[in-house]
Amino acid sequence: MSDLTAVKEEVRTWLQENWDDSLSLVEWRNRLADSGWGVPDWPRQWYGRDLPVAILPEIEEEFAEINAIGVARSGIRMLAAATILEHGSDMHKKEFLRRILTGEDTWCQLFSEPGSGSDLAGATTRADFDGENWIINGQKLWTTSAHHADYGLLLARTDWDVPKHQGLTYFILDMTQPGVDVHQVKQMNGHASFNQVFITDATIAPQHRVDEEGAGWRVAMTTLAHERRNADGMNRLNRDSGLPGAIYEEERKEVATVMEPYKWYPQRAGRVDLVMPRAQQTGRIEDAGIRQEIAKLLIMSKSAEWTARRARAAQEQGMPQGPEGSLGKLSASNVARQASRVHTLISGADALLTGSDGAMDGLIAEVLVSVPAVSIAGGTDEIQRNIISERVLGMEKEPRFDSGPFKDVPRNVI
Amino acid sequence: MQFVFTEEQHQFREVVKRFLRDKSPTTEVRRLMETDDGFDPVVWKQLSEELALPSLIVPEKYGGAGFGFVELSIVMEEMGHSLLCAPYFSSVVLAANAILNAGTEEQKLDLLPQIASGSIRATLAVTESSGRWEATAVELAAKTDGDGFILQGEKCFVVDGHTADKIIVVARLEGSDGDSGISFFVVDGEAPGIKKTLLKTVDPTRKLARLEFDGVQAQPLGEPGAGLDALNKTLDQAAIALSNEMIGGTQYLMDSTVEYSKVRMQFGRVIGSFQAIKHKCADMLIQLELAKSAAYHAAAALDEGDENVPVLASMAKSAASDAYIQVAADSIQVHGGIGFTWDQDTHLWFKRAKSSEVFLGDPAYHRELMMQRWGEGI
Repeated sequence: MSDLTAVKEEVRTWLQENWDDSLSLVEWRNRLADSGWGVPDWPRQWYGRDLPVAILPEIEEEFAEINAIGVARSGIRMLAAATILEHGSDMHKKEFLRRILTGEDTWCQLFSEPGSGSDLAGATTRADFDGENWIINGQKLWTTSAHHADYGLLLARTDWDVPKHQGLTYFILDMTQPGVDVHQVKQMNGHASFNQVFITDATIAPQHRVDEEGAGWRVAMTTLAHERRNADGMNRLNRDSGLPGAIYEEERKEVATVMEPYKWYPQRAGRVDLVMPRAQQTGRIEDAGIRQEIAKLLIMSKSAEWTARRARAAQEQGMPQGPEGSLGKLSASNVARQASRVHTLISGADALLTGSDGAMDGLIAEVLVSVPAVSIAGGTDEIQRNIISERVLGMEKEPRFDSGPFKDVPRNVI
Repeated sequence: MQFVFTEEQHQFREVVKRFLRDKSPTTEVRRLMETDDGFDPVVWKQLSEELALPSLIVPEKYGGAGFGFVELSIVMEEMGHSLLCAPYFSSVVLAANAILNAGTEEQKLDLLPQIASGSIRATLAVTESSGRWEATAVELAAKTDGDGFILQGEKCFVVDGHTADKIIVVARLEGSDGDSGISFFVVDGEAPGIKKTLLKTVDPTRKLARLEFDGVQAQPLGEPGAGLDALNKTLDQAAIALSNEMIGGTQYLMDSTVEYSKVRMQFGRVIGSFQAIKHKCADMLIQLELAKSAAYHAAAALDEGDENVPVLASMAKSAASDAYIQVAADSIQVHGGIGFTWDQDTHLWFKRAKSSEVFLGDPAYHRELMMQRWGEGI
């Protein structure tokens, strides 16, 4: 406890002496990187202070107290940092970490492909060594931020003669080179939040391979684990400070750019919060059939919330987590689908209209055409059910047809 | 709000679970469901004396153990899991709570110690042939008769009504209607003028009776005519307890289905390796866990005096009813033909799921109730 008080005291003093809102965002963040207070849980050697993760909120509080800005945390860059810290060489750390923290470099994640969605390890983007460099050819898909990224975390196949998980290697790809061609993908809801990346004879220097050749799957798992962890903190870190001044304006722009692709995400979750107000405003609350559907939704949504709280409470008390911890993703899909049904019922014929003609200036229509994403993105409902039945209920896997050398595995032709 | 059980509650659950696994195997369930009384007095005695379960929620000053609804819910969940055939729901959940909610101090001091010790078994008679568990549906009339009252009318769907020593009857003062005039009475099970008929139930593990009252002399429980709040509260408490019983049964069905799917071979592999089966089981789990959260939450809310208990009770009842009957139907489906036989046990829980779905009002009724009661801060 006294340790914590001392740490808080130390950071407070440092901030008082160093926080200067007349600096540029990058200047300030370089100062943070030098001090170790930007990422106190990182190693001292690499811009941190070797402090436990648990006290980060306390340190963030000190920042918030005087409205000091933190290091760049939004977007894929923190996944890149976590992966490099765990699997990268010292050279990688030296080359990339500082500019991640200052926000000068933007990163993206080149994992999914047109031919490998749920089956991520089935990637067919190839990396061939020509004696000097790795030559990359293939296509990646669903790549958020690729259109303005400086670097990409790339999963590519380097060995086609071994089983699929063993033939992948993890690379850092310079996205600004000529062989990398980025196109936005327009979605059914009209937004274009993701990109397709065509990679043609792009090159990667040998030193930009991360970890061993063939270790790509293991490294990718680290990235994905951090992705799941980060999802929780997203809202907190991307709050708009609302403060005047150049440095805040710079931060605001950075966050706005990163968050742009996610602006319809509340709608894809179904906007349960709008159901009762809409039912009341439209008078549909009087309809007995609709009341039943609203009640089903509210029960489902509340129970899912309580289930998550049971899981969290067990975790906080150091008790073994029961199955309740694995159900969030699938529950969210069920809730979103029912919410979409209910919004349709409440809107009646207005559900035919969108944009300025639609209910709530098109917001409800956006719910109706965004909800189908929830049960696909980040692991489909079907994959979730496999995970639940196999890992929680201990049921057997389906027989597989992809365990031999990857070159013999039937796959999509693209 | 409590979101995890304490270490003591976990230990308590283990004790109850061990007792019930031992005393209520399906061979016993099958034996007792064929009897008219529907319970084993020896097991009732052991349950009362060794574990003191009937005393659980009775406050200490009335001879009870003074625990809360979270503990009661643990007992209910385990009883639902074991499909225990015993008058616990009728005597403890329904009657003891009705007395606590409606009775005078003197009546509590008189009746509750007897229920807490298990020496008498009581029940609560609310519903009539209309099948509605609500005040406005009560027609049975209480007429003044000199200094006392006599009851005239009929009650139906009374749990263990044919075997209870004491019957708490909800009646209305003669000439009243709607919400007004609701009154509780205590009647001796053997009082002259009561005709008790055991009903033929789909679920033979929970006995129901029709009770006809023809000029039966009755003691008011609490103030005659002022019973509305006590009735509503008792019904909410009963719904919460029943929800917890239901999730225990749902858990049993899911577990037994998953286990069966791991050993049953077809097409050269266990059926539990087919995604068609695995996904059904994953959906069972999600329904179960969500219903569990609603049921636990409602019980904790009761103990913490949360003002939203009425909403939470209806949410829990609706969620548990839907989960139980869906999982029961899916359980039979996964078992295939054998699941439709009398000798395989699944139908015992299926029938309990059906009776629990309807008892105290079906899920649609509770959803409507929930909408009427919905407020901010839930």
